[in-house]
Amino acid sequence: MRILKYVALDILKNKIVMAYAIMLALFSWSAFGLEDNASKGVLTVLNIILLTVPLMSVLFATIYVYNSNEFIELLVSHPVKRSMIWRALFAGLSLSLVAAFILGAGIPILLFADFATAIMMITAGSFLSVIFVAIAFLSSILTRDKAKGIGISILLWLYFALLFDGLVLFLFFQFADYPIEKFVVLMSALSPVDLCRILILLRLDVSAMLGYTGAVFKDYFGTAGGLVVSYLLLSLWIIVPFMMSLIKFRKRDL
Amino acid sequence: MIETVNISKRFGKLQVLNNINLNLNRGECIALIGPNGCGKTTLIKSILGMVLPDTGAIIFDGKNIKGDNLYRAHIGYMPQIGRYPENMSIGQVTDMIKGIRNSNEPLDNDLYEQFKIGSMWDKKMRTLSGGTIQKVSATLAFMFNPKVLILDEPTAGLDPIASEVLKEKIIAARENGKLILITSHLLSELEDIVNGVIFMQEGNVKLHSNTEELKKKTGEDTIAKSIIHLLKNEQA
Repeated sequence: MRILKYVALDILKNKIVMAYAIMLALFSWSAFGLEDNASKGVLTVLNIILLTVPLMSVLFATIYVYNSNEFIELLVSHPVKRSMIWRALFAGLSLSLVAAFILGAGIPILLFADFATAIMMITAGSFLSVIFVAIAFLSSILTRDKAKGIGISILLWLYFALLFDGLVLFLFFQFADYPIEKFVVLMSALSPVDLCRILILLRLDVSAMLGYTGAVFKDYFGTAGGLVVSYLLLSLWIIVPFMMSLIKFRKRDL
Repeated sequence: MIETVNISKRFGKLQVLNNINLNLNRGECIALIGPNGCGKTTLIKSILGMVLPDTGAIIFDGKNIKGDNLYRAHIGYMPQIGRYPENMSIGQVTDMIKGIRNSNEPLDNDLYEQFKIGSMWDKKMRTLSGGTIQKVSATLAFMFNPKVLILDEPTAGLDPIASEVLKEKIIAARENGKLILITSHLLSELEDIVNGVIFMQEGNVKLHSNTEELKKKTGEDTIAKSIIHLLKNEQA
């Protein structure tokens, strides 16, 4: 617990995290201010969040983990469990980035969007922050080379945030003649970013614009059961990468 | 007190430790010497649990250290290059270590006072010079009265006065019946501190001996000369 306190304090004092919160705030306030109706504003903010939150979380966390080498080395020669150190770092980073997100984007969202949508967006944003911190932990344990680790992180972000969408769209058009809607639904579960996007779009009732697929989505994700499954999937996106990194970390030579 | 049983470690193709068997007891003050890259630091890090050996076991006070972390409460470690979180001040680092150790025993603030750590309490770690960082490392290693002290190049980077202070402290700890393990390239520095020598080469322990016996055997009057004597004989 004491380790967590120091990690969290260290990150919150970090100017980059503050700049991140301020940047999110600027974007969100101006998006809501410029659009004439709140629903459009929500869409703009959503796109910003889906792009920047994962990028910031994955990059910042990767670099921070590499820079924490000294901290880890300092602690492992003392009577502390290794897994405790790793968990504290993870918790510290997640908490700080979620806090920055809520302070920056959460407040304007709560003020402008309707309450249920706002809660959904804040939950999704928080999930995304933690998921990409977990992915960062995995990529930074895969290699000792900082540049390589950051490279892996950026590639993963690129894949989830941009390439994956393209891939799904491509499949969608290629097989437009076949009933692949269910398959597309299944595919979207494979990317946390898309999962979050769908969850929020469904709340906004713009899913009608998505045509038949939108209807299929609504059938799957719009129900209470679908919501639970979505949150479970998002939790898996946190647990799996982090546990993999934890297992590797416990066996690592420092 | 510390026993290593057949420990081996490979980094890729390089065999860093090759079946190391050592038995170290209290009251011993041992110089761990050898050329660069001979496995000294890896051996130390294995004892600390930072490096996990491929085979073999390390026994601390009769217990295997594998999967254990509490034994480290009895070890004070001073790394070769102390690396600390840059944003933290000396005070924060010290307080954090105190919190982690959570020891009820009275602290040894001797070095803290002699190195005047208190006057730099709020300085950030990134602003410190190499020597000052070494002072902080030394202070932390001795602070909790550990039974075992592991010092990796302790006097490198210290000014002569600080170096002397630290030497006195090491000798006092030896008199107190602690087990002390020191690595250094400068044998002359260790001459009047240590009472045992371990010489390593390419992952093997070439020599583990009492200094008196070593000097008697080789007929030389310093440890450095004795080691060189042995090496020359080996080559001949």
